[in-house]
Amino acid sequence: MYDAIIIGGGVVGCAIARELSRYQLSVCLLERSEDVCTGTSKANSAIVHAGFDAHPGSQKARFNVEGSEMMEDLCRQLEVPYRRCGSLVVCFDPADHEQLQQLLERGLENGVQGLELLHGAVLHAMEPALAPEAAGALYAPTGAIVCPFTLTYALMENAKANGAEFRFDTEVRSLRRKDGGFQVETSAGILESRTVINAAGVWADVFHNQLSDYPIHITPRRGEYCLLDRKDGTLVSHTIFQLPGPMGKGVLVTPTVHGNLLIGPTAQDQPERDSAPTTAAGLAYAVDTARRSVPDLPMRDVITSFAGLRAHIDSGAEDFIVDETAPGFFEAAGIESPGLTSAPAIGRYLAAAVARHLQASEKESFQPCRSGIPVLHQLPLEQRQALMAADPAYGQIICRCEQISEGEILEAIRRGARSLDGVKRRVRAGMGRCQGGFCAPRVMEILARELGQEQTQLTKGGGQGRLLTGKTKEVQA
Amino acid sequence: MMRQVQLAVIGGGPAGLAAAIAARESGVEDILIIERDKELGGILNQCIHAGFGLHTFGEELTGPEYARRFIDRVEELHIPCQTDTMVLDLSPDRVLTVTSRARGLEQIQAGAVILAMGCRERPRGALNIPGTRPAGIWSAGTAQRLVNMEGLMPGKEVVILGSGDIGLIMARRMTLEGAHVRAVAEVLPYSGGLKRNIVQCLEDFDIPLLLSHTVVDIHGRERLEGVTLAQVDDQRRPIPGTEQYIPCDTLLLSVGLLPENELSAAAGVTLSGVTGGAVVDETLSTDHEGIFACGNVLHVHDLVDFVSQEAALAGRSAARYLQQGRHTGSAIRLEGKNGVRYTVPALLTGQSEEPVTVRFRVAQPYRSAAICVYADGTLLRRIPKRILAPGEMEQVTLRPQELPEGTQTVTFCIEEGTK
Amino acid sequence: MSQRTLTCIGCPMGCSLTVELSEGAVVSVTGNTCAMGDRYARKECTAPERTVTGTVAVRGGTAPVVSVRTAAPVPKDRVLEVAAALSAAAVQAPVAAGSVVLPDVAGTGVAVVATRSVCARN
Repeated sequence: MYDAIIIGGGVVGCAIARELSRYQLSVCLLERSEDVCTGTSKANSAIVHAGFDAHPGSQKARFNVEGSEMMEDLCRQLEVPYRRCGSLVVCFDPADHEQLQQLLERGLENGVQGLELLHGAVLHAMEPALAPEAAGALYAPTGAIVCPFTLTYALMENAKANGAEFRFDTEVRSLRRKDGGFQVETSAGILESRTVINAAGVWADVFHNQLSDYPIHITPRRGEYCLLDRKDGTLVSHTIFQLPGPMGKGVLVTPTVHGNLLIGPTAQDQPERDSAPTTAAGLAYAVDTARRSVPDLPMRDVITSFAGLRAHIDSGAEDFIVDETAPGFFEAAGIESPGLTSAPAIGRYLAAAVARHLQASEKESFQPCRSGIPVLHQLPLEQRQALMAADPAYGQIICRCEQISEGEILEAIRRGARSLDGVKRRVRAGMGRCQGGFCAPRVMEILARELGQEQTQLTKGGGQGRLLTGKTKEVQA
Repeated sequence: MMRQVQLAVIGGGPAGLAAAIAARESGVEDILIIERDKELGGILNQCIHAGFGLHTFGEELTGPEYARRFIDRVEELHIPCQTDTMVLDLSPDRVLTVTSRARGLEQIQAGAVILAMGCRERPRGALNIPGTRPAGIWSAGTAQRLVNMEGLMPGKEVVILGSGDIGLIMARRMTLEGAHVRAVAEVLPYSGGLKRNIVQCLEDFDIPLLLSHTVVDIHGRERLEGVTLAQVDDQRRPIPGTEQYIPCDTLLLSVGLLPENELSAAAGVTLSGVTGGAVVDETLSTDHEGIFACGNVLHVHDLVDFVSQEAALAGRSAARYLQQGRHTGSAIRLEGKNGVRYTVPALLTGQSEEPVTVRFRVAQPYRSAAICVYADGTLLRRIPKRILAPGEMEQVTLRPQELPEGTQTVTFCIEEGTK
Repeated sequence: MSQRTLTCIGCPMGCSLTVELSEGAVVSVTGNTCAMGDRYARKECTAPERTVTGTVAVRGGTAPVVSVRTAAPVPKDRVLEVAAALSAAAVQAPVAAGSVVLPDVAGTGVAVVATRSVCARN
């Protein structure tokens, strides 16, 4: 019997696990995939929102502002790439200044620091790539960018270091009350827990509806993105939004913490929860819309496009559900944007609520820090040499485009990567301009060797996604 | 004290090998070839099909056999090589930062540098093909390495996008290894591959070549389940109503090669917007003192024989630079117009009386046309051609003596029709 | 009399060749622009041949497969049989470039030789 079972290993589930690991509780996170960070957390804008969008008094407003305030320290503790680049919400028609003013007031009411309205020359001097039509902008200096993959992995690693357990390839099928706790039926057997925390992303409604007295329905809202080469990452220096619309915050143009340029997302509701395809129309819309903000986007430098799903609750309330919605059953449901920003605050809030419910106290041994995988190419020469002296594998480059060494890949595997995508998200091998053309066969060789598997067993990202169908020669070697 | 070499050759593929050999034969003693893979030979190691070396050796060799002849010569000449070694950075004053498992991180000051890093394949993302992102999508060259060197099979039911030679060659390779190649789709109305490859890689095995077709959707969540092909119009836009679904577990992409010039850019070398490679003069010198470029890093070739020829020139030029220093003087500009996309070299500096081989590609197929060369508007040469194709690199040999005194620009263009 | 059309592989022109055949013998070739087309059409219609390249499994080597080629062209209609024979064969490392891997592949009388060397795994 666990004290707490968390359903879902996205950034929110992992943040809850990490916060719960502060307490004297037995905690287990269940993830249906082979790894954490395989749903909404793997494909989003990678933005830390300042917090002026959400309606004052809403959970979105509260957790956004709190999460944004927590994020920098958290990223320092967990060694997660984070950069406070500031954000601009740009309008193109002087008549829209009023909307900017409303956003500013909302931001002030939500407690966002440092907001400022910018006009004309000041704006264009600050962000020269903006379209000449840009008439004004709301500047939020607390807007930031973060690596959502590293954040999720770091939260997991830190939670594990503090005693939390993670089970993969474990899909929750049903939740039942039993003896004052819960019986959790999974694809890997039955588990029991005193409390359950639902952080199941686009599937959260399924578990909500099994235990709650009011039903909800989640519709995945697909967002399509294009990622541009690292040589374009300095085209803009801020995250550039346009005025928000009814479907969300619209298409943004932003640098990423790794120096790429990201544009997107679109917002298209779809019934399918397991798959997020890009579409010709969606990508074209993203590019056309982004060009309103930044006309000179070098689209020939696109290295990949992708889509993610946001868990949108259909009720019309346009808010998160973050609460104890039934006795002992806690939820983080409908965590769409600004979910990544809110994750640390949601984790802290729900962990505290669970601890209160279980009357648990904090452990003295909690270790808040996690050291990251060394990013070789960012280190000074002497530090790189020291790493190579300790382990020559750091001298061997596997991914040419991102200059990722075998040492970094080995460390990713030691920390839980089991597939090509698991390695890629942890250390960026295959994330660069050739998209794994050169390094995929090398990474596969290392994965097979380290996991003690045949290369033919390896997957792209778990499940049935085998990379190969066999060997060319079935002759016994 | 920083390690010093006279000449650093970055890349141990066909270009780097030929450049190093020529430099040594021109008297450069202290050469280092730096290769990132575990063995010399570059992409030739995975090109196990025949068809290399007809121009150079008068016989048809496979890729590994062609490479071996150059590797043997490098060994005979005792030219030092470091394999499994990656150049991370090249500074404008020719300091290389290199890393390897064997030697760790080190910096090397080179008297001259030959860039011979080759090219990479354009990935799916560069085309923005919509759909899901399952396992089973490979660039053709990656699949070629898996099949020919690692003995691994990417899939059984295959669609290939792109009918350049790599795509065609892989259609045959997959077939001979027991896969079923359902179609090769080509967005252009013509194939960029050799006729011989169309006949011997596709027609021999009844593999359909769908011209003016592209992949408009990719299906399958974890593993590829199928692709949707559609016909395209002359603007390469898919034509609604022409979509057809083809079930397959593998999609190979052969959609273009890009010279790999990150190091050149780091050193501050000026790159051509057309080729993606360095802007060079007739000695294959970049605009950066002591830095030369050759092979696919300069512009993508279709025949390795020409890579070897070009690289040998770079090797000789680097030797002359090391022995005689930098040439300074005014330059004649070479330009491509009306169907000639670019020229290599782009500058003539008059450093030698030797004939200059000017290489270029045309923008579209032509029949019964002529390559014309003008010096400041005066026709110098008119070379009739029965056929010109973008997939085939053209070359014109220019004698510096034939240029009128004071020529500023030499223009290469295509003129259609017979005169 | 029968007729076959071929695409000439001699150069990028890719002339469309029409070959008149009588009882398997070439009567005439038309559509060619040069002599290469005539030669190609006659050979292709009477005794088409291909050099087959591929790989053969290696036992105990530093690489799992070695690249190979037929030492001479084989009849075109035997290509798939040759490929199947290559898939069924295996060779013990070390393998030297140029060494004979199969003396007579699929009964064609043609040898298969290695096009590169593979060292033995220590």
